[in-house]
Amino acid sequence: MAIWCADLALDRWRLAEGCAAGQGTDAAPLALIAETAHGPRIAAVNAAGAEHGVRTGTMLADARTLCPALAVRPDDPAGDLAFLEHLALWAQRWGPWSALDPPDGLIVDTTGAAHLFGGEAALLADARAQLRRRGLMARAAIAPTAGAAWALAHYGPDGAVLEGEAMLERLGSLPIAALRLDDDVLLLLRRLGLKRIDDIVGIGREALARRFRTRRAPAANPLVRLDQLLGRVPEPLLPVIGHEQPMVQRRLMEPIRHRPLLDRVLADLAEDMARALEARGEGARRLELAAWKVDGEVLVRRLEMASATRDPAHVCRLFAARLDDLDAGFGIEFVRLIAPWTEPLALAQAELDAAAERHGTSLAACIDRLTVRLGAGAVRRPLPRASHLPERAQRWTPPLAPQPGLQEDFAFHERPLKLLDRPEPIAVIYEAPDGLPRLFRWRGGVHEIARAEGPERIAPEWWRERSTVRLRDYYRIEDSAGRRYWIYRHGLAGDGRGGAPEWFLQGFCA
Amino acid sequence: MSRIEACSEIHVLSPPLPAGLRRGSASRALSGAKSVRWKPGIAASCRHTEVFASGGEATGAAMALALARDALHVDAEDQRPWLWVQDKAALRLSGRPYRPGLPKHLRHRLIHVAATTPEDALFALEEGLRCRDLAFVIGEIAGNPRALDFTASRRLSLAAEKHGTALWLVRLDARSDLGSARMRWRAAAAASPPPRWNPLAPGQPTWRAELFRAHTFQPGHWTLRDDGNALVASPPTASGAPDHGDLVRGSGARSLAAG
Repeated sequence: MAIWCADLALDRWRLAEGCAAGQGTDAAPLALIAETAHGPRIAAVNAAGAEHGVRTGTMLADARTLCPALAVRPDDPAGDLAFLEHLALWAQRWGPWSALDPPDGLIVDTTGAAHLFGGEAALLADARAQLRRRGLMARAAIAPTAGAAWALAHYGPDGAVLEGEAMLERLGSLPIAALRLDDDVLLLLRRLGLKRIDDIVGIGREALARRFRTRRAPAANPLVRLDQLLGRVPEPLLPVIGHEQPMVQRRLMEPIRHRPLLDRVLADLAEDMARALEARGEGARRLELAAWKVDGEVLVRRLEMASATRDPAHVCRLFAARLDDLDAGFGIEFVRLIAPWTEPLALAQAELDAAAERHGTSLAACIDRLTVRLGAGAVRRPLPRASHLPERAQRWTPPLAPQPGLQEDFAFHERPLKLLDRPEPIAVIYEAPDGLPRLFRWRGGVHEIARAEGPERIAPEWWRERSTVRLRDYYRIEDSAGRRYWIYRHGLAGDGRGGAPEWFLQGFCA
Repeated sequence: MSRIEACSEIHVLSPPLPAGLRRGSASRALSGAKSVRWKPGIAASCRHTEVFASGGEATGAAMALALARDALHVDAEDQRPWLWVQDKAALRLSGRPYRPGLPKHLRHRLIHVAATTPEDALFALEEGLRCRDLAFVIGEIAGNPRALDFTASRRLSLAAEKHGTALWLVRLDARSDLGSARMRWRAAAAASPPPRWNPLAPGQPTWRAELFRAHTFQPGHWTLRDDGNALVASPPTASGAPDHGDLVRGSGARSLAAG
């Protein structure tokens, strides 16, 4: 069964306004506009506007010349899509699965389900009645293939039911646009004089296959679409599967204003959530605590865990740090805990004695506690990156993220133990021009270079950086006091990329 | 003489200690155990060590790492991660750990914590000590922040001893004021032995280390050197001997001529 909500954007706007079709605000000409690079463009127009000659797709300025009284509202394509997703889940009342047909359609598989509603005609009537009760102007059709149902819903008679045989006789008179083709292909076919599906059938497969041999996508190839329409090739659809978030909530008899009471409620919720997750064999990676205040305001606190868990004590401890700045106002009357992100977590053997307490926390719990207090960016693990530049050669990732397969590091370059975040400039005194300096001054102290190894020349990465970036000559040095540093000269004298080369200190060797 | 009493002589303004602490430390300070001299590889029951070092070099962190590897024999078998906590001042003073420069067996197991304040760093250290899945914890805190007083230090000691995770706390540019670490080192960089193949290059990392307060060991001076496999100690005066370590390392027991 294909469902086409012909005026989805306008129907949603009417539902939001709370007015029926043709009543109230809808009685005057009104259009929903989309902002484009060339100015506002009409995305949808109501019946009163259409009477004045306003068409979908025209620029707002052009439409205003036809109908100066045209009122405009912004359109909401993302909201429409989200609404359509919910509608697809709701439409599973008529069949085991449903798929989206953006921007404003649905496909429901009703194979073997029609007798439950008393036949296909009764099913269709039920669908139309239910959709009308939701305030949606929709057309629906039932056919053996998704393509045929779509064609009938969009271009056929309203409420059409197509039986298995003689499909081509019923569908042949429909316009070519019923094949779900792209606009440029439709334009091409119209220029070729092919207006109905019958016209294409009459041409013969070889000619069509040769003409559209370079078009792989079904929406660009009329032959593939024709075969899908008649059921000669399969047409896979992506079903919408409802995913239920584990949710527990407490409605409180009296609004609470004090922290110990909230902690008690949170502990109860965490235990409920642990039971809910245990029943599903899952653990939470992200938790959302929402508290409704008496004045209607909602306070939301989010928590993200390093690994899946459902331990109530751990969850309470992590939330405790987040609830300190909660402003209860006149009191909290309703608390809800949701787990939007869960991962499979098998049941584990509980500790048989009190050893768990004595042996400390697990790594995931430790990371969680650190992350909650210090922030997610503070706890990280270094991973190598394919780069010659020292500061780019390592990147920082979350500590428990899976490690990718790594190449062996180069062993013939000595690297410092620690690296400064920004290389610090040093003032140098040369022994010989363009050579290694004899003395350098850094952070107010003078260091005399006793021994050095180098240079190790690291050229800029030309595939990533501009051509004016200078190369670096790295030296591993030890000063007269035995301190070991990693310094570099930025550029060469006379390389045409700036003045005299500067020296920087970047790392500390062990 | 009790260790704590010696500390309180230095720091006159410190609050009076609770009686329990004094009694506990006095009972453990055995006169017989005190005569043992520290050497690399010796089994120490100490879980909380402090290393005082200057800020503008990597000496403190490098020596803490070397001591940790020496004390725990953490090499190929132990695959548990380890924690490196730095506060913001320490990060600015002495930089961030650099993975390619870390010891080979440790570099893939590092978890780094960049704390903003010393309080956060102490919190991270304590949480790390409580974690049973960490091999050891290294902390770097610059200066003498108000948060790191004797109470905080004692908390760390107790957590380390209770959970058995060892802590090496590097104090950058800090006075050695009151603290409860079982071993306290003072570290400075020392001239490295010249490598055999390029005598002009810096050699293996070498430090001048002074154990100035220890619970079970005699205080003393050493010149410590990390030869890539183990920590090597020599008397403080020894210097200038050419380093032949490059020749022996890696070839094992077989003759070099045998291929």
